[in-house]
Amino acid sequence: MHQTSHSIRFLYKGRYPPVLVPLTTCYPKNKHMAWYKREKKGIITPTSAKKETPEGHWYKCPKCKNVMNSRDHKQNAYTCIECNFHARIGSKEYFEVFFDKNEFTELDANMMSGDPLNFSDTKTYPTRIQQSQYKSGLKDAVRTGHGKMKGENIVLAVMDFGFIGGSMGSVVGEKISRAIDFAREKKYPLIVVSKSGGARMMEAGYSLMQMAKTSAKLALLAEAKVPYISLLTDPTTGGVSASFSMLGDFNIAEPEALIGFAGPRIIRETIGRDLPEGFQTSEYLLEHGFLDFIIDRTEMKNKLAGLIKMLK
Amino acid sequence: MLLDFEKPIAELEQKLDDMKQLAVESDANVADAIKVLEQNILKVKKETYTNLTRWQRVQLSRHQNRPYTLDYIHEMCDNFVELHGDRNIADDKAMVGGFGDVNGQTVMFIGQQKGRNTKQRQYRNFGMANPEGYRKALRLMRLAEKFDKPIVTLIDTPGAFPGIEAEERGQAEAIARNIKEMFTLKVPVICIVIGEGASGGALGIAVGDKVMMLENTWYSVISPENCSTILWRSWDYKEQAAEALKLTADDMKGFKLIDEIIPEPLGGAHANPKSTYETVKQVILKEIKALQKLSTEELVNRRIEKFSGMGEVQE
Repeated sequence: MHQTSHSIRFLYKGRYPPVLVPLTTCYPKNKHMAWYKREKKGIITPTSAKKETPEGHWYKCPKCKNVMNSRDHKQNAYTCIECNFHARIGSKEYFEVFFDKNEFTELDANMMSGDPLNFSDTKTYPTRIQQSQYKSGLKDAVRTGHGKMKGENIVLAVMDFGFIGGSMGSVVGEKISRAIDFAREKKYPLIVVSKSGGARMMEAGYSLMQMAKTSAKLALLAEAKVPYISLLTDPTTGGVSASFSMLGDFNIAEPEALIGFAGPRIIRETIGRDLPEGFQTSEYLLEHGFLDFIIDRTEMKNKLAGLIKMLK
Repeated sequence: MLLDFEKPIAELEQKLDDMKQLAVESDANVADAIKVLEQNILKVKKETYTNLTRWQRVQLSRHQNRPYTLDYIHEMCDNFVELHGDRNIADDKAMVGGFGDVNGQTVMFIGQQKGRNTKQRQYRNFGMANPEGYRKALRLMRLAEKFDKPIVTLIDTPGAFPGIEAEERGQAEAIARNIKEMFTLKVPVICIVIGEGASGGALGIAVGDKVMMLENTWYSVISPENCSTILWRSWDYKEQAAEALKLTADDMKGFKLIDEIIPEPLGGAHANPKSTYETVKQVILKEIKALQKLSTEELVNRRIEKFSGMGEVQE
């Protein structure tokens, strides 16, 4: 008896001791009754949520909804292997894409934002910064570094949209300015990957002047005849598009990126009508003469290295 | 149309007028009363205008009687030749410019122009320039450089125009190019915010050796209304947004993001336009004289260095 009770305990995970249910309640009383009774009405989980796969192993393209192995997606430079959708990626991933063997030396890695205005809206600016740093694992919205791309020395600056919308405050302005200075000193070609909603409101006037500062440095870089490639990615708008990202010797973009000065919502509200299809996309900008070419992320490294070699 | 804080002053002034009228019509001896009232008005005015909130300064900067770019130009110049067009697509009515003589000194004036009534406002697109406006400005700046004339820009814009055509013709590129090219100009460049200085639309003509703001103007990365909409998700927090943005001349001078503040007469530029024009004119002449002593190399290097030092970071 003791032995039996132990083995039941071992196998049985439910309430112990088990409650015995009268047999009559366990099977359909007549042939119209189902074996199981649905207590809630209808199916409440939407289909899209059901197809969600655990993070890490699988990647689901937000555009074509195809599911692919994360490793394949990564090897394809974080673009969809089915529909070529370019996922929004950050500095870490772009460094992988551009630098040979992902080897690079980071510049000003520890630079952080101050709070010159003592700014506060629904929360204080330092709180916002801290929360963003915690969430993203980044110090601010840009990382800069130098290393080799197909054997060519380059300086690379990449913006992170995950950090307060990739907004440009003093840190972004200063790091990009120093990266430009470094490129000028070493005569290494400069590539800046823009991905930003614009200037950072919480640094107000300071943010605005970063547009001037970075542009001033680019004027010096141009004078030194060092090539500057500006890569515009989804999205690039506001103060970033109206300064360094539109000032490349070569302005290039990833496919289907949103690029513009004013955001679509503001324009819609100002003019009071709907915007044409494809408005403010990379393709639209190419058509209107503001880009040199659009390039897939998978071909980027080869093509840019080739271009840089031609300029030597 | 009076602003809220202008109303008590206007009432007192009305009272004063009535009293003066009374003095003329009857023999009542009100000279003393008038004197007291005048002193009182002055006191109230001083109190009001030295304690303006940031939002109130924003309101003053947009005051409908405030002098606009062409008012300054016409009043300061003995002779003005307006020049039009970007030589590419159009003439932007929101951006005006041309050569003017100020006390015998030829100056290239460039600035955003607002309109005073509904019709004019539409014609000037509310002082919001399109890309062709910025390209027109750059063309005129290069023209000034060619003939070795100093450049004065007058900034008064609620922002660069956000429209379909503006995007189509490259608003971002036009502004970016202006900012960069202005650093290479080989002549003195003086920039004065005379009203609103909103974001990239202002900066597109505001890179200079001397950047100044009139006392009751604002200059920042975004208007208080738009800032309120984005951060508070409502239009109603514009006063708080104005405080948070620290966008007044005092603030900007304190941050060393501008070089000088140009004082306005008591009650604002519109209270005594004549004296405002004269003050601005004298400031321009003085600054040009000082900047002309520098070599072109010094001029350009100093300009680049000044803006390169702007920003606050921790390392």
